[in-house]
Amino acid sequence: MSLGALLRLALRALAVNKLRSALTMLGIIIGVGAVIVMIAVGSGAQARVEEQIRALGSNLLLVMSGATTSGGVRLGFGSGFTLSEDDAAAINRDIPEALAAPALRGGAQVVWGNTNWSTQIFGVTPEYLDARQWLLASGRVFEPAETAGAGKVAILGQTVAKQLFGSADPLDQVIRIKRVPFTVIGVLEAKGQSMLGHDQDDLILMPLATARSRVLGTASAAKQRSVGTIWVKVAEGYDTRAAEEQVRSLLRQRHRLQPGADDDFSLRNLAEVMAAQEASSRVLTLLLAAVASVSLVVGGIGIMNIMLVSVTERTREIGLRMAVGARTRDILGQFLVEAVTLSLIGGIAGVTIGLGASYAIAGFAGWRILIAPEAVALAVAFAFAIGVFFGFYPARKAARLNPVEALRFE
Amino acid sequence: MAETLIHTRDLVKLYPMGDGEVRALAGVSVDIARGEFVAVMGPSGSGKSTFMNLLGCLDRPSAGEYALAGKRVSDLGGDELAAVRNRSIGFVFQHFNLLARTTALENVELPLVYAGVATRERRDRALEILARVGLRERAYHQPAQLSGGQQQRVAIARALVTRPLLILADEPTGALDSRTSLELMGLFQELNRQGMTILLVTHEADVARFAGRVLRFLDGRVVGDEANAAADARRLLGAEALAA
Repeated sequence: MSLGALLRLALRALAVNKLRSALTMLGIIIGVGAVIVMIAVGSGAQARVEEQIRALGSNLLLVMSGATTSGGVRLGFGSGFTLSEDDAAAINRDIPEALAAPALRGGAQVVWGNTNWSTQIFGVTPEYLDARQWLLASGRVFEPAETAGAGKVAILGQTVAKQLFGSADPLDQVIRIKRVPFTVIGVLEAKGQSMLGHDQDDLILMPLATARSRVLGTASAAKQRSVGTIWVKVAEGYDTRAAEEQVRSLLRQRHRLQPGADDDFSLRNLAEVMAAQEASSRVLTLLLAAVASVSLVVGGIGIMNIMLVSVTERTREIGLRMAVGARTRDILGQFLVEAVTLSLIGGIAGVTIGLGASYAIAGFAGWRILIAPEAVALAVAFAFAIGVFFGFYPARKAARLNPVEALRFE
Repeated sequence: MAETLIHTRDLVKLYPMGDGEVRALAGVSVDIARGEFVAVMGPSGSGKSTFMNLLGCLDRPSAGEYALAGKRVSDLGGDELAAVRNRSIGFVFQHFNLLARTTALENVELPLVYAGVATRERRDRALEILARVGLRERAYHQPAQLSGGQQQRVAIARALVTRPLLILADEPTGALDSRTSLELMGLFQELNRQGMTILLVTHEADVARFAGRVLRFLDGRVVGDEANAAADARRLLGAEALAA
């Protein structure tokens, strides 16, 4: 019999017991649907992580100054003042492949007209924007004179601009930070939330010297040149691990640390942190998909069960078909195609439902989803394979029936 | 004497049962010529059904020889036997064995499907045969919508559609009332007159009397083989109509 004829025969046989066929498919529908949803949500999360890595730059090192102790209380990294602008300058001078940008951070209240907003202040050098790959939406960066002379200029993040100015243009307006007037010279492009849900647009950038002397106010002479963090961007194509080691040994040498002594700073390779996060999200996706595919196997067993029932119920039909000339392979084909039809229809329905559920999740929960055509094709192929695998035994049982006994079966 | 269609020599069939085995056929040697109408009689367990199954290539003999139209079939493989059943033999069963929820036409087409005949030709031939058994206008009815006699005629049409060498009928009247049985025997006699070889298994003498030859089985052996002056079913039907 031709495949088309077998398919028609299978559809007709399945239509006889519509409810039974539908219930049998349900296992496959749920299995395929779950796999599709898991892969859509999982790869969506993965794509987001990858995008963040790309946004952050895959070649970024973060140096934070060491911990300090205040009255017996040890504070975290960045609280001490072990790093200085000179460290950054030394990195820029000694390691040509690295671009170091020092930053000093603090909080302050910002006022414009009758509105005010509490935000983070970053004292930085113009290299900072380069290092972090931040772009300006409008305006300009600090000029060398402003950097050197502690000019009272500020670059706003999108959130600050919106909170203070609403729809008005912030450029050239004067805002007050701790009663000091600053001219807005630029606005950053929106960067959205960080991976930890932190708003990366809620900040103000200003020259490092301005921040130190006017806003964040570390008066002590010893700390005159200290900074909290140094971002180091490694040139494209240069090994970040090598750069990491170079920066580490340079800083140790500059800080006169004995061999064996702990670093008085913390040095992190962000790409590696991100890569680890990406790997864990990939593992999670795989794990979820594997769990979902268990229900596919259960669905397959359901198909096998029903096909065995069907073969028994139709023993006389099988006997008759053999009597009028059906060969072993005709009977085998008939029941195999029936099982595969069950699983394939279930698979296609599962894909439809899985896609619908994925889009619903994207819509309601606001999660990012990513539907790869290969994943869909793979799920359908898997359903097909389940049909063949679990349909084979019942079909072979049917094909091996003895025609005499089959015809006499009550 | 016409050419021999069925030739068996010392046909033996053993069935394993418990520790030993049952001798369903204990050496049967029969020759049947083309165009004969033979009734196979015997009590249940006499081996007549086993004999039919072997003739129908549904089963293989344990020993002995069976040739159909000069071709030894006792040592053919499974698919070859299926091909013989498909092309050379038409089966008629006691319980009709029609596919439910399937039209008379499709039931009749079934053997042609396995013979690989194209759809169009299949349809034409099936309709033609249905017309021959008087069911042309019921072609699109399903078995449940047909009477027992009509169902059995659909089954006969299915048996005839591949233009087989012989028809094997196993208690074909077993599920029918006497009048319908008579009509059916009339149809068999008509087919036989047109040259079809028919073997009919029955335990009713009433049915066997329409055959031209009667084989009697007992304990797996042929114990009687005699010619029979066949009664004419058509004429009997006419007489019954007069009596009514």
